[in-house]
Amino acid sequence: MRQTIAEKILSNHAKKELRAGEVAITEVDFCLGQDGTSSLIIESFGKLGAEKVFDNSKFAMFIDHSSPSPNIGVSEIHKSMREFAKKHSTRLFDVGSGICHQLMLESGAVTCGDLVLGADSHTCTYGALNIFSTGVGSTDLAITLASGKNWLKVPETIKLVINGKLPVGVYAKDIILHIIKDVTSSGANYKALEFCGDAIKRLSLAARFTMANMSVEMGGKCGIFEADEKVLKWLKSAHARKKPSPVVADEGATYENIKEYDVSNLVPQVSLPHEVDNVEPVGSVAGERINQAFIGTCTNGRLEDLEVAAKILKNNLVHPGVRLVVCPASRGVFLDAAKKGYIDIFVEAGAAVVGVGCGPCVGTHNGVPADGENVISTANRNFKGRMGNPNARIFLASPATVAASAISGKIQDPRNFARRLKR
Amino acid sequence: MKMNIAHRLMKVRNNVNTDYIISGRYKFQVRDPKELAKHVFEDIEENFYQKINKGDFLVSGENFGCGSSREQAPQALLAMGLRAVVAKSFARIFYRNALNLGLYLLECNTNYIDDGDELEMDLSGGVLKNRSKGLNIGFKPLAPLAKKILENGGMIEYFKKHGGLTIEPR
Repeated sequence: MRQTIAEKILSNHAKKELRAGEVAITEVDFCLGQDGTSSLIIESFGKLGAEKVFDNSKFAMFIDHSSPSPNIGVSEIHKSMREFAKKHSTRLFDVGSGICHQLMLESGAVTCGDLVLGADSHTCTYGALNIFSTGVGSTDLAITLASGKNWLKVPETIKLVINGKLPVGVYAKDIILHIIKDVTSSGANYKALEFCGDAIKRLSLAARFTMANMSVEMGGKCGIFEADEKVLKWLKSAHARKKPSPVVADEGATYENIKEYDVSNLVPQVSLPHEVDNVEPVGSVAGERINQAFIGTCTNGRLEDLEVAAKILKNNLVHPGVRLVVCPASRGVFLDAAKKGYIDIFVEAGAAVVGVGCGPCVGTHNGVPADGENVISTANRNFKGRMGNPNARIFLASPATVAASAISGKIQDPRNFARRLKR
Repeated sequence: MKMNIAHRLMKVRNNVNTDYIISGRYKFQVRDPKELAKHVFEDIEENFYQKINKGDFLVSGENFGCGSSREQAPQALLAMGLRAVVAKSFARIFYRNALNLGLYLLECNTNYIDDGDELEMDLSGGVLKNRSKGLNIGFKPLAPLAKKILENGGMIEYFKKHGGLTIEPR
């Protein structure tokens, strides 16, 4: 039988040959929860009557969504996570560590061919490492934590073939926003995405993480990439806990749809309030006044993202009408950015550099906008109220577009800084 | 006989995301589902929860429940007293979460259900009866596993009953 990558990985974990549409119980290589979902995981785990976790080396919890805690309610949740981790000798990444997805990628916890379940919708990010990883809720995670398994329906796959060479000032974020506009918020519902094409081969791992991360914004169950040398190199430097076994799609595998894109003439893209697929070229909103700019998140808080922003912000000042918030994705990213001088550039430009974590993306702290304000952000969601205020508007864009806008006080095409961005 | 009423969200028809169901502002600090229920849809239709009586239906369009994996979304809808959510389609993670907690999700054409209509769910017949319009609306049959999980009142009871995970339920 000729299989897609998703069909193959699920077959390997169910120990039988599966094709799209079938339901199977599969082994899970790793599972995780964060501070927004872990209190319910712990509660459900207790209700199941489970006494121990299936394998304490295959589970981790992360305190990243409200980190450090902004109030007593959250503090109590964090406390219960620490107690659970201690009791079951499982790994906990506490305040100051960073965003779960970045830490999962850096820590070597997962490798190609793995099947990973995370109680966070952006678990799909690890697809860039040739992993079938998908978000589930807390009870599903508790089931896996107790049994080492879960049931999954094998998804059909949409193949996305992305070719061409990106122009200066245009990035992976622009590609994925462009694709989301085309596929729509529900167009990949229940489906796997397979990303391929020569443009993908040229992209760095960080850029691929940005794209895999946003697969769920189209409803995708996962967004999987092939394992090329760049992937293997990443896994080697992360000291992946087992030898990678890359999974490739068979010639002649069945796809639900194949879509082709050429990015050679792509321009910077912006997602307009209040839906992620409401995407337009930057030109159509350039000049829109902004009050806050945010660079960070599991989508775009990596070193490469901070580097682009630093290039634009160097020897420039944030516009007096704008607050710029920068939140590195992890402790490692923060340290590297400091060593390279990017943190100095941000602080000198007038930015507030905040502690690592999800930052203001989820609306709990670190930059809740006021009524009537506009925010431009490198995050993945611009739902009404997402950043904590339903009366604010959120625009999504690449780190370059956000940095350029922070200087200008209005949405700005980063290609106006092209001289600084030459690759 | 007690009538169960359909409640439609008027401002957002499709792609009702889990942030709208229950905002991140609350889900990170409020743990009591009854308290969470008071904030359901607050960012798009304030005081929505006050209209809901036990056994009522929520009606929406395409891709209901998209976005974050927060299980607090179906948890708060259940705590409001809803019997089921009726929509044209559901987002994947929300669908699993609802199933796991025992909240019924019916996938069907919702064009012929208005706010305030009286509805009745006929599970064995696979139809939603719109009493106000005298219409029977067929819904997509539940997968056998989904049906079993719901009949057990959710995944936790199902798991306990079967002594673990199985897709060939008794």
